[in-house]
Amino acid sequence: MTLNMGPSHPATHGVLRLSLELDGDKVIKCDPVIGYLHRGDEKIAENMTYNQFVPYTDRLDYLAPLANNVAYAIAVEKLAGLKMPERCEAIRVVCCEMARISSHLLGLGVYAMDTGAWTVFMYTFNEREKLYTLFEELTGARFTTSYTRIGGLTRDLPEGWLQRVETFCDGVLKTIDEVDRLLTRNGIFLERTEGIAPISKELALAYGLTGPNLRASGVAFDLRKDKPYSGYEKYEFDIPVGTKGDCFDRYLVRMEEVRQSVRILRQAIKTMPSGAWYAEDAKKIFLPPKAKTMTKMEELIQNFMLVTEGPQIPAGEVYFEAENPKGSLGFYIVSNGGGVPYRLRIHGPSFVSLSILPAIVPGNFLTDIASILGSLDFVMGECDR
Amino acid sequence: MDVLALTQKFPQTQNLAGQDMTTFAVNSTELADIVKYLRDEQGFDLLADLCGMDWKDRTPRFGVVIHLLSTKNREYVRLHAPCVDDAVPTVSAIHPGANWHEREAYDMFGIKFIGHPDPRRILMWEAYPYHPLRKEFPLAGIEVPFPAADVAAVTGQTVEPAPMMGGPFVSSGGHMSGAEPQALDQSWNEEKPKS
Repeated sequence: MTLNMGPSHPATHGVLRLSLELDGDKVIKCDPVIGYLHRGDEKIAENMTYNQFVPYTDRLDYLAPLANNVAYAIAVEKLAGLKMPERCEAIRVVCCEMARISSHLLGLGVYAMDTGAWTVFMYTFNEREKLYTLFEELTGARFTTSYTRIGGLTRDLPEGWLQRVETFCDGVLKTIDEVDRLLTRNGIFLERTEGIAPISKELALAYGLTGPNLRASGVAFDLRKDKPYSGYEKYEFDIPVGTKGDCFDRYLVRMEEVRQSVRILRQAIKTMPSGAWYAEDAKKIFLPPKAKTMTKMEELIQNFMLVTEGPQIPAGEVYFEAENPKGSLGFYIVSNGGGVPYRLRIHGPSFVSLSILPAIVPGNFLTDIASILGSLDFVMGECDR
Repeated sequence: MDVLALTQKFPQTQNLAGQDMTTFAVNSTELADIVKYLRDEQGFDLLADLCGMDWKDRTPRFGVVIHLLSTKNREYVRLHAPCVDDAVPTVSAIHPGANWHEREAYDMFGIKFIGHPDPRRILMWEAYPYHPLRKEFPLAGIEVPFPAADVAAVTGQTVEPAPMMGGPFVSSGGHMSGAEPQALDQSWNEEKPKS
């Protein structure tokens, strides 16, 4: 029997369609059909300046927009050969880790719901709400943050904000412990996750999985440790690694990653450097300070040129991947010089996570699909771009 | 990585001195062999990315760019493979993860992958007549028949170009110039009707 699951189904977490062939209750073939959310982001990027594209990166992995902003900004800055001041790097690390916590809180909450537990979702969403209040204070928006600019940020940290993040850290650890007690030794949850759809180390590498899904399969690879960017080498943290690569391992890895993110956040808050929060030497890239724009002729012209023509990025090509909550988000940018990229390729980890479905779903029961999809933690906005 | 060993084994491979990582221009007939060699002998075990490219003015016009990652040696390598007759051999037998990336490159650029196990479109629907990431394709899109023929027969619906409303506004030159900024794609402009 052929069964259509999606594109509008609560367990597919967005507009994903699975074309399934069933033998009784068992799935014998799975063919994911994607593209329902395709906006043509790569085409759009070729038609606008680098800074104009920042809001589009929010909508890739829309559960961690801050991390996307940072990944994109660093990619373009690498192409321009810019070195960010320490404070800017540290603020970006704080942003990335808060985004990771926010994404994992949602991932864990809905995963519990996929497997039949309602309460966890309420607990994690409560914490996520606090995070969104902090995001709003920092960026002016709760969801689509657009916080970075090429060569810096939109603004410095608000006063007393770091203390409020610290308070949040204490709270989220308590919630994670509570979720731990509710789920990790829960019989029903174990039945639905343990031993379901194991991904071996070899299979994970062959399909190019990244992030928590790769680490759950036992590959200790994390770009924050192995290819440090934005000053990640300054912080002490551990990489949780799974052994079997089944749904339960993927859940455990995400739980531990939240705790490690809190660890990074605390260090970053403690050692937050003072000084400039944007690259002051990035003359034709970052907007001059507002006060000078209003009073000085040269800065006014520069401001005008930057807004209309875009930041001037030299010709060349760059591929940069950042460790995002869902995996490695890569940007491959080819520039011919000037304010508009010639080609901007977005490599989304969710696209890769879904491509493994035809290999791991067959042989499982239909009811396990909700559990498998939830454990891969994908976002269609990033998959379809 | 061992650059010398690679260029000796595949003499047609050219080291391009990349800014951010080791970059090679490779002969597309050897592409699958090189990717296999890099995986087995030099530890590049993970396909980080595979994408199509439209170089517009170059011959051949289309190409494929592959980024490989070594999880052990923590390094990347980039391979530029120009197409021959808009086609390159598939690497999905070596890295199964390339399967979907190659389908996307076919969908967006019309690049054919010789030996691909499942050469369908992936983001656009199967009957879609264009390859949207080609440089001559307008940003707003082109009117095409509705994907579901039975619905279209009743409603007469088509897939229409997006209303651009005058944006996005960027300078046409791409470099700082004295010209007034305007949208790169002028197909939305009523004063300049579509050619």
